[in-house]
Amino acid sequence: MEVPILKQGEFLIATIQAALSDADLEHLRLALVQRVVRFRSRAVIVDVTAMDVMDSFASRTLREIALMIRLRGAETVIVGIQPEVAFAMVQLGLTLEGVGTALDLEEGLAFLNQKFKTIN
Amino acid sequence: MFAGELRVPINSDQDIVLARQKGRALAAEAGFSAVDCTLVATAISELARNIVSYAKNGEISFQLVRDSRRSGILIIASDDGPGIADLRLALRDGFSTSGSLGLGLPGVKRLVDEFQISSSAGQGTVVKVTKWRLDHRER
Repeated sequence: MEVPILKQGEFLIATIQAALSDADLEHLRLALVQRVVRFRSRAVIVDVTAMDVMDSFASRTLREIALMIRLRGAETVIVGIQPEVAFAMVQLGLTLEGVGTALDLEEGLAFLNQKFKTIN
Repeated sequence: MFAGELRVPINSDQDIVLARQKGRALAAEAGFSAVDCTLVATAISELARNIVSYAKNGEISFQLVRDSRRSGILIIASDDGPGIADLRLALRDGFSTSGSLGLGLPGVKRLVDEFQISSSAGQGTVVKVTKWRLDHRER
């Protein structure tokens, strides 16, 4: 299951559309980092609304994505973590520490627009 | 309602997704809340991942269980892998031998109501966990 990555101006938006296997997540990590380089993107939004479960592997991979993208000087925002998924993550001890999060795609875009507007 | 035992062979990362989807469907059918279905699916995902990472091949089985007061789901993850030499260490938060976050087993324990593990070096591993359904009333 490939995750579509949409280029929207200086941002990239990756929308996860179904449950992902470990291989899919690793593929997403590579694809996002490559595209941030190719498009000189300033930020990436990963929409996880459709993710059924955020287990230790998924959460580690998202953290790695955010860290790699930060090394490129860009920002990552994870949006759409469902309430039940958030509940399970906390019970499991997963925190996504150091990764930006927002309620949904709209809020994520608003956050980034605000952030880059103040810099400009 | 589904009464028997459902078995999912675990041989690859694709099977992790399949196992947790089947487990979630069974929990939903048994009347678990959305939160509990996700807790069950997350626990299955972690247990199945341990099989793929450490043992390569194994199996996860699910069955609906009940005692005198309540009903629940019993999940058994079993493999014939290398086993765990020091269970006490493996159940401690922050311990890992595969470079993962190291909170697989203690994390799973927090997601469920009952947790039982038997393993020793060279003997494979069996993890049995039970999640009881909340708000269950006697009929």
